[in-house]
Amino acid sequence: MIEVENIHKSFGDNHVLKGISTRFDKGKTNLIIGQSGSGKTVFLKCLLGLFEPDEGNIYYNGQCYSELSIKEKRNLRQEMGMVFQGSALFDSMTVEGNVMFPLDMFTNQSQSEKQDRVDFVLKRVNLVDAHKRYPAEISGGMQKRVAIARAIVMNPKYLFCDEPNSGLDPKTAILIDNLIHEITQEYDITTVINTHDMNSVMEIGEKIIFLKNGHKEWEGTNKEIFKTDNKAVTDFVYSSELFKKVRQMYIEERN
Amino acid sequence: MKYLEAIGKYFIMVWEVFKKPTKWRIMKTLIFKEIDELVYGAMGIIIFISFFIGGVVTIQTALNLTNPLLPKSLIGFAARQSVILEFAPTFTSIIMAGKVGSYITSSIGTMRVTEQIDALEVMGINSLNYLVFPKIVAVMLYPFAVAISMFVGILGGWVAAVFGGFAPSGDFIQGLQMDFNAYHVTYALIKSVVFAFVIATVPSYHGYYMTGGALEVGKASTTSFVWTSVVIIILNYILTQLLLG
Repeated sequence: MIEVENIHKSFGDNHVLKGISTRFDKGKTNLIIGQSGSGKTVFLKCLLGLFEPDEGNIYYNGQCYSELSIKEKRNLRQEMGMVFQGSALFDSMTVEGNVMFPLDMFTNQSQSEKQDRVDFVLKRVNLVDAHKRYPAEISGGMQKRVAIARAIVMNPKYLFCDEPNSGLDPKTAILIDNLIHEITQEYDITTVINTHDMNSVMEIGEKIIFLKNGHKEWEGTNKEIFKTDNKAVTDFVYSSELFKKVRQMYIEERN
Repeated sequence: MKYLEAIGKYFIMVWEVFKKPTKWRIMKTLIFKEIDELVYGAMGIIIFISFFIGGVVTIQTALNLTNPLLPKSLIGFAARQSVILEFAPTFTSIIMAGKVGSYITSSIGTMRVTEQIDALEVMGINSLNYLVFPKIVAVMLYPFAVAISMFVGILGGWVAAVFGGFAPSGDFIQGLQMDFNAYHVTYALIKSVVFAFVIATVPSYHGYYMTGGALEVGKASTTSFVWTSVVIIILNYILTQLLLG
């Protein structure tokens, strides 16, 4: 579980995060949505410990991040997995090398143990024949799966994803969403996803936070987002005709 | 003010490189890879340039020694002094700032742009140690490359002198042995160690702290070459004053 308590973050005169408080539960897929420039990425980077908030605290299973020693922070980082928007796979390594990298860095496992773990996670993300290929030789969807495999290979307690399905075709995007959602439930991970994709919001958003101009404007589930009267949320989520119709149908069904 | 800030940031970066080391088992592999890329991979161009520079220095010296009273051995002497004191350590370093420096900036810069450095940081890895330390260790073998450059440069001079008809082989070799001061080689090797450190760290700084996209990677490579060359030239002056002055 991650608890965020009134965090503020500024870059010079630009006050990006203006007092955000929320809670991300274990075993749930938590989504952060909002327009470009609303502070989603900065918020995610604060959760990852890449940015230190100017004010406020972040608690990981009750441990306050700012009060941890350097060693404790390092250990906590090893409990985090991250899927970057562009996958961020290491170009010089094969798929297998990328997934094995955290095991090489942080464990003393034998080569066969590491190989077994790599085979297991690659199979889990439905990649069985790409071990020896380089990131440049595989598709965007496969790269995302490798990034997910790398993120979960150390059995993380926290999984962060920055727009995991951007640049993917709708079918692959849904596969990636479902994969993250299944892994979250299967391994009881606290997952936080930063997304623009409304399909993800509707499909896997067990908890959704809507940010606007650095504030938390709205918070709820994918069921509640249909019912909300918050204009900023409805303007953003139902900006397309398709989603307007979906919402209309949902309201009509309820009535 | 901007330059002072950049200088401060550079020294902080260098300090960070030596903190929180990566596992030796991993680091060893990275160091060997960098030796292959940065030193062994550069040997071809070093040998090529040194041979021809040695030849040109010899021809120019010979063409300027028009006084018949001056012995031909002076051609070998001048070629040796020029190659050992300046051409092998400094000129080769400037060439390396272009070849190796651009490679370092663009490879680290690309990793920055594609979030690979963020991925290392998120995992709790000291990305500066992981990326820059093996490069620094690898280029510490650079004095060996400079020593080879000295040999090949003088060889180029001998070939130009003998086959160009500027001096007989015996006279040229006599000149090479004339008033030889071994400290000049030490001075050149000390310079090359310092330049090697600059070649590894200044381009790393430009790559690591770059922002933007693919276009900025190209710009950062150019800027890094300019600044690495400037720093090498300034340090060359300071070191010459300190070690020979």
